[in-house]
Amino acid sequence: MFTIFGIPSAALFGQLLIGLINGSFYALLSLGLAVIFGMLNIINFAHGAQYMLGAVAAFLMLNFLGINYWAALILAPVIVGAIGIVIERTFLQWLYKLDHLYGLLLTFGLALIIEGVSRNYLGSAGLPYALPDSLRGGQNLGFMFLPNYRAWVIAVSLVICFGTWYAIERTRLGAYLRAATENPTLVRAFGINVPVMITLTYGFGVALAAFAGVMAAPIYNVSPQMGAELIIVVFAVVVIGGMGSILGAILTGFGLGVVEGLTKVFFPEASNTVIFVIMAIVLLVRPAGLFGRGT
Amino acid sequence: MQASSSSTAGVVVAREPSFLQRQGEVIGFVIMVVALIVAPFFTYPLFLMQAMCFALFACAFNLLIGYVGLLSFGHALYFGWASYLAAHAAKVWGFNPEFAILTGTLTAAVCGFLAGSLAIRRQGIYFAMITLALAQMMYFVALRMKFTGGEDGIQAVPRGKLFGFIDLSNDTTMYIFVMVVFLAGFLLIYRIIHSPFGEVLKAIRENEPRAISLGYKTDRYKLIAFVLSATLAGVAGSTKAITLQIASLTDVNWPMSGEVVLMTLVGGLGTIFGPVVGAFVILAMQFKLSSVGEWVLVIQGVIFVSCVLLFRRGIVGEIAALFKR
Repeated sequence: MFTIFGIPSAALFGQLLIGLINGSFYALLSLGLAVIFGMLNIINFAHGAQYMLGAVAAFLMLNFLGINYWAALILAPVIVGAIGIVIERTFLQWLYKLDHLYGLLLTFGLALIIEGVSRNYLGSAGLPYALPDSLRGGQNLGFMFLPNYRAWVIAVSLVICFGTWYAIERTRLGAYLRAATENPTLVRAFGINVPVMITLTYGFGVALAAFAGVMAAPIYNVSPQMGAELIIVVFAVVVIGGMGSILGAILTGFGLGVVEGLTKVFFPEASNTVIFVIMAIVLLVRPAGLFGRGT
Repeated sequence: MQASSSSTAGVVVAREPSFLQRQGEVIGFVIMVVALIVAPFFTYPLFLMQAMCFALFACAFNLLIGYVGLLSFGHALYFGWASYLAAHAAKVWGFNPEFAILTGTLTAAVCGFLAGSLAIRRQGIYFAMITLALAQMMYFVALRMKFTGGEDGIQAVPRGKLFGFIDLSNDTTMYIFVMVVFLAGFLLIYRIIHSPFGEVLKAIRENEPRAISLGYKTDRYKLIAFVLSATLAGVAGSTKAITLQIASLTDVNWPMSGEVVLMTLVGGLGTIFGPVVGAFVILAMQFKLSSVGEWVLVIQGVIFVSCVLLFRRGIVGEIAALFKR
């Protein structure tokens, strides 16, 4: 045990770890938002609610159907993603020709519905979700104790985030996606079914949120308001990163998680507000965000 | 001059008012005033006072979304912080109600200037997200600061004596006072919208690049509109704190920002009476449905979704469209 700037190392690294964990969720969620925004031009306000749905689905599967964490990690995103596809087909597709604001308002309404229904059936208290057996315990790294589950979350988020980045920026499918956001008519002329691509993109973005939700379930309790609390911070992350960039969403997500964790060590009172303060500063200096292009 | 409604930029708006429309607005105003005078004989005055405060709040919000096309998703900041400062001024500093309300209003104006200067640097949905994030930041500040009373809020705020001699603890006097404040705010907004300044705002909403090319410093206009809207939201928040004698976290938290959007959307974006109707409808709904618990949230969500998909013009907008046929 040693101290850094008068702070015990265990506390410092502990908060750093929590920061990285939160950062993983910020990154996954802002990545999903960026992917959806890129194709649909809609700020998916229901993203937090869909993240919560992922956690709730995992909870229900475990407690009522006996489906374990590993299966839920696949099943919950698929189910919630399918719900996302239904939402896109029934509601969102009517809004593309309108002002962006209507997409925001509609998804806000959807978020209220999802949150209201789950509060009615789950109550507003948090419900515990047991850690999967294989990820119990932890490693003693000498300077700190690293729980296995947390290490797993960080590793998986990194893999998913950079996998998505690679798929969008470096593969043929990603090239189609990017081309379709620039000029859908032209891409259609090449024989690519753009509406289906849009629908699947929304489904994928929603599935990402649900995936984050399942991973969050054992760390935070499963509660109906877990998404609503997170989504506004994620919005700030998005503004800081700049919506134009996938990489921006990922790096800003992780970075701000760490900054928030460190703030908790040095100025605990400011830990809730630090991300918003950074947002204000970034807006003053670079209105388009750190990685953004134009407005 | 044609009195049709257009939907440029997605927001349903009334064009240059014709004589007929002006006449309609006068009739609407008279009906509203008569209704407000008669209403206390039929329903709870306290409910009506609360509804008028929210109606003014929604009108202030509508000034921004309906006439400049800026969706602020963080208007709870101005409403809530004004109500905190008004409550604190009345309770701890012992201010008269008019000065307490002035304190709250000034707070909202300053907050509006600071947040507005940042937010107008981005447009559209970014603007919405930034206003929301800044409001949430100030929510956490309110949660942490001592004088706001944290989870308890500021309770038992004295209503005091207006100008030192009109006793507001009497519900009738209070009702008249709230009505005067509401109508004054309403008429001020009406005046702003129909002034040359308001015309510039509408031009910015319709086509900002064109307004810039005509030589208008649109950022300055947008900022002034933002500050005006925040200030009027502050008047509403302060009056609410004095009327209901409480300032609480609910007023500054983000669901409140969503609620004012809902009120305006239900009543009709960009219509002068829409926000008033919307506020009364939503509050009455919450009042009647208080027994169904969390289902209120679901019902609000359904209203949101159906307004966006089916009735983008809102109640007042749809009625106006019906009359024009």
